[in-house]
Amino acid sequence: MADSQIEHYYLELSANPIRFEAVSKVVNVFFDDSNKQVFAVRSGGVTGVIVQGPTEQTTRSFRMEDKGPVISIKFSPDQQVLALQRTKTSVEFVNFLGEMESFEYSQSCKGKNTVILGFVWTHSNEIVFVTDHGIELYQVQPEKHSLKALKSYSMSVNWFVFCPQSNLMLLSTSTLGNQMQPMFFRQGTYSKLNKLEIDLPVVPKPAKLCLLERDVTLAVLYGQPCIVVLRHQPRGVGNTGAEVVVYTILKMSTVKKSHILRLDMSGRFAINVVDNLIIVHHQASKTSMLFDINLPGESDGFVTYHQPVAPAQPIKPFSLRLPIATASQVLSEPAQLKCELYSPNWVVFQPNIVIDAKLGCLWYVELRLQPMVELIQDRCLLVDFLMQRRDSKAVIIKVLQNILEPTEKNRGYLVVISELFDHLNDVYRSFLEVEMQSQMGMPASSGLSVSPAKPTVPVAPKASVVIDQADLYTHVFSHFADYKDEENNGGGKFIVWILLEYIRSLTDYHIPVQHYLHELVINSLVHYKAYYQLHQLLQYHVVSDSKPLACLLLSLENLYPAAHQLALDMLRRLSTANEEIIEVLLSKQQILPALRFVRSTGSVDQVSARKFLEAAKATEDPTIFYSVYRFFEQRNQRLKGDPAFSKGEHCEAYIQHFQELFCDANSNT
Amino acid sequence: MTTKSEIRLQNFYVYNSSYGQKEGEELKNILYYFPPQTDFDSQMKTVGLTEALIKFTETFNPDQSCESLHTQKTRQLYYQPERGFWMAMTLNIPYITKTKDGTEYQEYQSDEVQDTVYLAVLQQSYQMFRLFKGTFGAILESKGGDVDYLKQKLDHFFSRYLPTLKLNHCDILDIFQGIQFLPLDKQTFLRVQCFVNLIEALFAQVKYTTFLYNDQLVWSGLEPSDMQVVYRYLVTSLLPAHLETELQGGSIPRHPPSPFTSSHYGRFVTGPSNLQDTSAGVGKVPKVHLNNDTTPETYHLVVYRALSATVCLFIDGSLILNLDLFKRLDIFLGPHLTSLVSEVAEQCGKQAANSGSSSPETSPKFVYFNKLNLAQKSTVHLDSRRTGNVCVTSEVLKLLADINSDKARMPATGETILKTLSDYWVIGKLSNLREFYAVIQQKNANLIEINDEVKRLCDNQLKNIFFHD
Repeated sequence: MADSQIEHYYLELSANPIRFEAVSKVVNVFFDDSNKQVFAVRSGGVTGVIVQGPTEQTTRSFRMEDKGPVISIKFSPDQQVLALQRTKTSVEFVNFLGEMESFEYSQSCKGKNTVILGFVWTHSNEIVFVTDHGIELYQVQPEKHSLKALKSYSMSVNWFVFCPQSNLMLLSTSTLGNQMQPMFFRQGTYSKLNKLEIDLPVVPKPAKLCLLERDVTLAVLYGQPCIVVLRHQPRGVGNTGAEVVVYTILKMSTVKKSHILRLDMSGRFAINVVDNLIIVHHQASKTSMLFDINLPGESDGFVTYHQPVAPAQPIKPFSLRLPIATASQVLSEPAQLKCELYSPNWVVFQPNIVIDAKLGCLWYVELRLQPMVELIQDRCLLVDFLMQRRDSKAVIIKVLQNILEPTEKNRGYLVVISELFDHLNDVYRSFLEVEMQSQMGMPASSGLSVSPAKPTVPVAPKASVVIDQADLYTHVFSHFADYKDEENNGGGKFIVWILLEYIRSLTDYHIPVQHYLHELVINSLVHYKAYYQLHQLLQYHVVSDSKPLACLLLSLENLYPAAHQLALDMLRRLSTANEEIIEVLLSKQQILPALRFVRSTGSVDQVSARKFLEAAKATEDPTIFYSVYRFFEQRNQRLKGDPAFSKGEHCEAYIQHFQELFCDANSNT
Repeated sequence: MTTKSEIRLQNFYVYNSSYGQKEGEELKNILYYFPPQTDFDSQMKTVGLTEALIKFTETFNPDQSCESLHTQKTRQLYYQPERGFWMAMTLNIPYITKTKDGTEYQEYQSDEVQDTVYLAVLQQSYQMFRLFKGTFGAILESKGGDVDYLKQKLDHFFSRYLPTLKLNHCDILDIFQGIQFLPLDKQTFLRVQCFVNLIEALFAQVKYTTFLYNDQLVWSGLEPSDMQVVYRYLVTSLLPAHLETELQGGSIPRHPPSPFTSSHYGRFVTGPSNLQDTSAGVGKVPKVHLNNDTTPETYHLVVYRALSATVCLFIDGSLILNLDLFKRLDIFLGPHLTSLVSEVAEQCGKQAANSGSSSPETSPKFVYFNKLNLAQKSTVHLDSRRTGNVCVTSEVLKLLADINSDKARMPATGETILKTLSDYWVIGKLSNLREFYAVIQQKNANLIEINDEVKRLCDNQLKNIFFHD
């Protein structure tokens, strides 16, 4: 526990790295970032290939004839066809339909002096060759052992990057390499997006290629494809060191320079994307920086400038558990190998892969949220940050439990708490809207009461994690009861303040408040004997009417007499609780008011005569009993044409009582 | 035409019979006497008579002491607020000078002085004293039973308080001593509530807070028994006086425009008038005594106002107030309150537009009171300043108090309907511990029509509560 308090490592490497044969004279290693497969290709006589992917289905090994060194090797997305490149002008294909076929078929690129820069599977049977003269899109026909040219486009290409998540390809052209042609691949075709020019910090003379493939990354951030460009600039006067420029691609058509991340360092960098965060690894300092383009930053109206979310931290140290080699080691500790972090042998792939080729390890870079609680001081910012992360609920709840604990210290944070609730509920509302939309299959907002300012409903929730009323109740509010006893005269108020602040925020966002929150407010106020304050809250209808709450109020009558009146009012407003009102009045021996009430609701013919006669008898007031008795006799007369009570009404005892009280006296006169 | 004389205060005194039980020491019993210029002999006679009367009547009903004494020309009212301490006041009965057979004579209008109303006035005077000075017992205790000290306090308070009594404008509202709440939607109310909570969270010295908009209460952290006294003090005394000085002050801004503070309209009603002037001190801040019935505590009453909103802060009385605290309060309250008040004003405007202010002349007038939360509403009175600004005749106004004093004879639910010679119908209804009085002026109406009219009025005004007929 204590360790995690001190540890500020917000990044770690996945606990079980994929191990593969390390690079050596006879072993070449390839990584296909589309399928996340590592190919260890052992040459010499027969080429042995060991493929390791994230799942069982993508892991296999096979052998093939050695026809020369492999330049690139990739399976099709459905793992049915293997494409491998051995020469600069052609790509060979092997079918894996069920089992590996021994027959290879080949496809050369067009043009005599054309060189293939690389190839990418864009769909299960479509492949694109990128050459220095353009791109060529083919359809692979495994059963025919041939390829069919679909489309091609000519342009001079320096290098390219491809993002399998968005099916977007970026081609570098022009002498400087900073003219970019984005291409979006769809089944059977591709579309060209507007070209863009990436501005360079210095233009060399004479002009030469100065924007390199390693500095450009394609990523998907918050559902939007982005081009992430590292911009090296020497630190000096007016220069703050390297920056990362983020270009956002809007609706797969236009590209906009939207964010600049200030690195404040220079040297070698590598970029990963984890959980919508941009991670910039810096080799010299052996640290990594975290950027969230969703958090507010300085803006000049076009571009938002971001600082790291938290001070740069190294990745958490990682040790490899080595297989036990000799018998002598059995007794000792299992051998561990401490891995060098930020090693020169590291190769970084998108979105979150680090490969140490010398070690034969593939890790996923993972985020550790707990340290962020210490690293981000601003609680609102912290919660905003956390809500955007996956699986952050437990951490958020802990943060909330901490700040909402009814202690003297937290009193001063009420302003922050107020803002915090607004942030939570902003996201909460967006979730509800999405839910409504999916339920009704049309724009929502009607059920969530009016919010006239929002004609267009967002289709996606504003964050990946929502903290709703039930969460706060179960994990935070319901524990308030534990503090009640050790309360030292300020704590009680604080609990009520928090609850009201939360209800206020829900109300501001037009979210219906759940009854258990209301109940909690009432019980807290009752516990601190703040009855008049409770009365005011009810008076302004802060607490929504419901039968259970009315009953709760009725039960409070002994503590606070006015609760009875409040309960009656509430029952009345509900308009479905006439039965209850009659019961309450009768229990107070208000027989005649109860009868009048019955008459005003028009249910005279339905009520039970026995109930009223019983209550009237209990008052021991003969006048009241007489009035009630006569009232029901009249009803009988009207309904049945006879004043007598029928057997089914079980009024015999009261008929007798009436006769004892009045009829004997009558006969005497 | 005949003219009616006014109701005047003839005398007002506080005594405790246990202080001078020996013959010749009667003067010691008298703790306060108004008018002060009265000679001791008359004082002793008056007080002696009262003592005797109360002693005498006690023999008939030891559980309930005498409350008033009717004579042709005067009315005397008695109240024992604390054990052994009696307060009494004598009022002149107004008269009309008439001429009969050439000789002038005076016809005394004893109905003009209603016991329940003026007994309430007497009780209020004690409550107001207690708010500012504490209970008699507590004052004595604080100085080791020094009666002279209590006399000083009484003199200090009542010599200023009594001249402010508006005896000719007392009516049923004095009996209720209710509080007018601002009708507000839930959302805006919660904003106000949370603002008040913020104040108390940020300034731990502030133990209680109340929030008013114009003369109407939005939130009270005080107990209702204290709130009704504080409310009366604010609405009938402090705020009108403040408004007056503000009007006289003209357009000179209190805050010299400073580049460091954003513009807001907040200022202290009690407290320093100029926060920049360090030599002026913190100004006059009254001390008030709250929770006198249970655990008496003293508080500084700091009142802050921005536009139409008034915030009362009850600050722990043991603290010494300094300018720094006021500055910090001003920095927080000023901007927050200024923006909040415009929100409240907007909501009030909306509600006023929705309800569609009915023409004041013809529509029925009503008075509503709920003793459980002290909520009171009146369309009979045109403002809440208690200066006799009413829209019915004084005769009708008196009928309201008469019906009210009659309600003791009613069961929990009941109704009284009266018709006056001037075609006024006056209706009093009691239900679910609430009182509702209506005044309808309608010529040639019958009971059924009036009953329907009252029903409509109730449905309209009281639709959200259980008020059965």
